[in-house]
Amino acid sequence: MSVDLSKYKKDFPILHRKVRGDNPLIYLDNGATSQKPESVIAAESNFYRTINSAVHRGAHLLAEEASQAYESARENLANFIGAKTDEVIFTKSATESLNMIAYSLGNPDSKFNVSAGDEIVVSEMEHHANLIPWQQLAKRSGAKLRWFSITKDGRIDTSNIDTLINKKTKVVAITHQSNVFGTIVPLTEITKAAHAVGAVVVLDACQSAPHFAVDVKKLDVDFLAFSGHKALGPTGVGILWGRTELLEKLEPALFGGSMVDSVSMEGATWAKAPRKFEAGVPNMAQAVGLSAAIDYLNMVGMEKIAGHEADLTKQLLDGISKISGVDVIGPLDMKDRGGVVSFTVDGVHPHDVGQVLDQYGIAVRTGHHCAWPLMRKLNLVGTTRASFHLYNDSSDITALLAAIEQVKIYFKVGK
Amino acid sequence: MELDSLYQEVILDHYKSPKHKGLSEQKDIQVHHNNPSCGDEVTLNLLMSGQIVKEISWDGIGCSISMASASVMSELLIGKSYQEAIKILDAFVELMQSKGQSVGDENLLEDGVAFAGVSKFPARIKCALLGWMAFKDASAQVMA
Repeated sequence: MSVDLSKYKKDFPILHRKVRGDNPLIYLDNGATSQKPESVIAAESNFYRTINSAVHRGAHLLAEEASQAYESARENLANFIGAKTDEVIFTKSATESLNMIAYSLGNPDSKFNVSAGDEIVVSEMEHHANLIPWQQLAKRSGAKLRWFSITKDGRIDTSNIDTLINKKTKVVAITHQSNVFGTIVPLTEITKAAHAVGAVVVLDACQSAPHFAVDVKKLDVDFLAFSGHKALGPTGVGILWGRTELLEKLEPALFGGSMVDSVSMEGATWAKAPRKFEAGVPNMAQAVGLSAAIDYLNMVGMEKIAGHEADLTKQLLDGISKISGVDVIGPLDMKDRGGVVSFTVDGVHPHDVGQVLDQYGIAVRTGHHCAWPLMRKLNLVGTTRASFHLYNDSSDITALLAAIEQVKIYFKVGK
Repeated sequence: MELDSLYQEVILDHYKSPKHKGLSEQKDIQVHHNNPSCGDEVTLNLLMSGQIVKEISWDGIGCSISMASASVMSELLIGKSYQEAIKILDAFVELMQSKGQSVGDENLLEDGVAFAGVSKFPARIKCALLGWMAFKDASAQVMA
């Protein structure tokens, strides 16, 4: 059943822009970053206009109000992912969240202490942000990095899961939804296998949490990261979530003000989570802005957003299947699939595809999507990727399909 | 259409039928340059004969702009003295940095002036420069 979210588009000021002549902006690069509704822009700027001060410090009214706004944002974020409030850590980005957790899990002082002889499992379709921190942890600790292969249609191959995840496995770090294919991973199977051997599961939810309802308890993961800016929120704020009992056993990765219980010249002890993991004055206005974004997503409804994106994805997959010489990279069906479609145009490099689309006001991502090992595996130089959010509509897909035809005409390829 | 200033016919021709593509056996040096933001890659073999650019051959994967530019570069610089080649290279770099304000010196750049429009598209300048920077690197190493 098709979902009509058209009334919300007006809330996004940037979507009123005309680009490259008189073309309305058709923004299909939501996998990279999302646009912001007026309420988010206002929340961030109102923080600066009315209550700006350093949270958890000062003995004055502004500090009190800023602290309250910041902690309310934490509570809102916690509710959004079905977590306890103190389990939500504000970071500067999902990249920082993943680096922090990778660093902390390898800290010899932490209860986890990933070390030589241990194994870390990722997949071939991880974004660089959920690959390189684990490569580095393996390098530092002497642990072995292993990975799930990818099937031809862009799904995780779990056929060897019983040997891949074994007694040596300490961490399984996996994306929830591929930023290249849009495929959603078989998480239950993976968490079961990981927990059976006592490993923790770190979930990269950057492409999922902004687009469909995510509940950390139902997912049964141990850590989760996502970025604010992909969820209609401001840049400069990300989320790291961890189970209370695990956060207690973890050493922080960043040290400084605000994260301590007591300090002497010889050493220091840490405050409880989440403060332990938030050294320094945090990105307060951005956290408050992200909270407004969560309000907005809740107001629209995550189920409606997911349904709407599914409609658009189906429309694009159907449309592309009718254009010769244009191939979808990833599954052609709608099973376990989010609002991301990667495709190639025979004889035209993705960069050139993107350039022609841009001429029609259509913004897409081109290239390797920070998933270079995956592109090498697929023997591709890159793809063109369209990714949706709630403000996209059927006419955007129609325009994209027409512009893809123009790409073929412009570069004189195929019929 | 604004796009036509980017994709001149000359560029599309070089893209479809690139010159000096395919690495030759003879070389003084081989360099490999890539563009990590988009994944474009060029491998370039350079053979100098004293001060003269004797042979440039290259291979690579990338967009029409990067591949056509490497093709034009090789055609333009083979047979030139090192000094002349660097003069042409500098003129090309200057053209790329002109933000659409220059048409380029056709006597010096020949087919290279077709890339003038690229300078209006900031994201594509690095594509156009990929092969040229590979030559600059290779020749500097040989002449050092």
